[in-house]
Amino acid sequence: MSIPTTAGRPEKAIRALDVSDSLWRQSIRQLRKNKLAVAGFAFIAFMFLICFIGPLFSPYADGKINPANMHQPPSAKHWLGTDLLGRDVLTRLLQAGRISLTVGLASMALSMTIGTVLGIVSGYYRGVVDQIIMRVADLLFTIPGLPILFIMGALMSDWKIPTDYRLYLVMLMLSIIGWPGVARLVRSQMLTLREREYMQAADVLGLSDKRKLFRHLLPNVFPLLIVIATLSIGGAILSESALSFFGLGVMPPTPTWGNMIDAANNVIDFEKRPWLWIPPGLAIFLTVIAINIFGDGLRDVLDPKQNTSR
Amino acid sequence: MNSLIEINNLSTYFESGAGTVKAVDDISFRIREGETVCIVGESGCGKSITAMSIMGLVDEPHGKVVGGQIRFGDKDLLKISKEEMRRIRGNDISIIFQEPMSSLNPVITIGRQIMEPLMLHQKLNKKQAYARALELIELVGISRAEQIAASYPHQLSGGMLQRIMIAIAISCGPKLLIADEPTTALDVTIQAQVLETLRQSKEQSNMSIMLITHDLGVVAEMADYVIVMYAGKIVEEGDVEELFERPKHPYTRGLLKSKPIIGQRAEQLYSIPGQVPSPLELTESCYFHDRCESCIPICRIRQPKLSEVAAGHLAACWLYEEEAEA
Ligand SMILES: Nc1ncnc2c1ncn2[C@@H]1O[C@H](COP(=O)(O)OP(=O)(O)O)[C@@H](O)[C@H]1O
Ligand SMILES: [Mg+2]
Repeated sequence: MSIPTTAGRPEKAIRALDVSDSLWRQSIRQLRKNKLAVAGFAFIAFMFLICFIGPLFSPYADGKINPANMHQPPSAKHWLGTDLLGRDVLTRLLQAGRISLTVGLASMALSMTIGTVLGIVSGYYRGVVDQIIMRVADLLFTIPGLPILFIMGALMSDWKIPTDYRLYLVMLMLSIIGWPGVARLVRSQMLTLREREYMQAADVLGLSDKRKLFRHLLPNVFPLLIVIATLSIGGAILSESALSFFGLGVMPPTPTWGNMIDAANNVIDFEKRPWLWIPPGLAIFLTVIAINIFGDGLRDVLDPKQNTSR
Repeated sequence: MNSLIEINNLSTYFESGAGTVKAVDDISFRIREGETVCIVGESGCGKSITAMSIMGLVDEPHGKVVGGQIRFGDKDLLKISKEEMRRIRGNDISIIFQEPMSSLNPVITIGRQIMEPLMLHQKLNKKQAYARALELIELVGISRAEQIAASYPHQLSGGMLQRIMIAIAISCGPKLLIADEPTTALDVTIQAQVLETLRQSKEQSNMSIMLITHDLGVVAEMADYVIVMYAGKIVEEGDVEELFERPKHPYTRGLLKSKPIIGQRAEQLYSIPGQVPSPLELTESCYFHDRCESCIPICRIRQPKLSEVAAGHLAACWLYEEEAEA
């Protein structure tokens, strides 16, 4: 066959070929029509913004302890009052948000990566590999998540892991209980996708396994992955809060929404100082709700099974 | 002409709960360079499995090529390693299927799907592959190549997609193109365009085509050589004119009779009585005997061998064996 001519073919046209470009745009347009999802997204964006930027403008960002100033109710100086050690609650709330959101994102990314790779391998190759991966996943599934987290958290306390590292360990723990769900979903998709005729057509072209798996199959599960990813951020934030609330997660003085509520877990604080626990509680509640609403909106747009009209 | 590929005594069986299905049963044929060989026969007679056996893609573990030889160049395709076979697929031998709609990945652009084998087998870089993809799209008779390259399969019609499949199949300049009922799923007018595209691509590169079909109109239009299969076996083969003018096997005659002829209005379209026997019930008899109009006693007892009935014309039928003996 003749040597190809390359003259005059603009780079832009090549880039336009990138996978699913127009499908994305189409989906985003559709998503915009869903008011609730847009609101959810706006709230998440707002949360990220003020958590990461807000503390920069706070005069109390150094988190200095000032016992003379303890348990102040909300005022013009301290919009959300101060805590037991006289620190500004609003500033700590935003700093905690940074940690909680980061933990949510990072453990999501980790569990998505592990789950996707294992799920693809499992569903495509089947056989012994599949058996091993899925039995491990089953094992993690049969024990409910929270007890596992508690055991791991207790072990961490027992082994006196320095507080600085606990943050990363918590992310790791959350992804350990998070990946089996992802792997299962991806695997089940793989099992049906691998039988599609276009995969036979890919065989026929002599494509390598790596290419088939990551170029041809992965894009087909992408919509599903995005939806699970979004929803799992919410789950991770909740789990982290629960862990920290029980004193098994990230330790003070590093603030998280969970351990802020924990710091107010006595009757007097509960009855007399609602500014200590309502703000972090609301932050968790609203953030997770917003993420779930947005995730549902995404699913409506992207999940091919629910959306046959496109 | 040199033969490009030689299939000798190929047998492919499927194991099912009820027994062994001899989907392809001891068949031999060859395809010469630049030749179009048509394989015809009713559905279920083993045409697709023959193609898949050549590609080395019979569904394991149920199906297995149990014997024979497929000589391609100096290699036996049944003996070479998986890696070697992978390099032949899409490069030296390519195949297109009946359903163009489902043969393309729905989330990857047409352009990328054409570029892929070019980058893989021909080691072209992205830019060269893209330029070549556009040429190929134009080659198969589709205009606005750049726009087509950027679109997704669901945005194109079946006929266009089948031509894209042809573009992909011929992209690496294969020596053999297998087309498994490439027009069956298409409208009649589109069929003609797709066949034309096939014919043109063949003329430009001197590749051989193995065309599987049950449509004798397609055979008449495309074939140099015709192989008639029935229940996993070859029952007749010969040059297209010879076979159409002097069909020997009653099955071939039946097929030809059941083909509508333009301008001639038959009272009722002929159809061969009965149906293909279940592959599990095959006995030592001629597989066609219970549907055959000229069945003689020996047909129920023993199977006829494929033998020459005229120069370059083979048939497996007792009617001619006896003529030969007499
Ligand atoms: N995966 C399979 N498992 C069992 N039997 C099969 C399988 N694929 C094909 N067969 C059998 O092989 C025979 C030939 O099939 P095929 O080559 O697809 O026929 P066709 O001539 O219509 O292309 C059929 O009788 C079918 O029952
Ligand atoms: Mg078939």
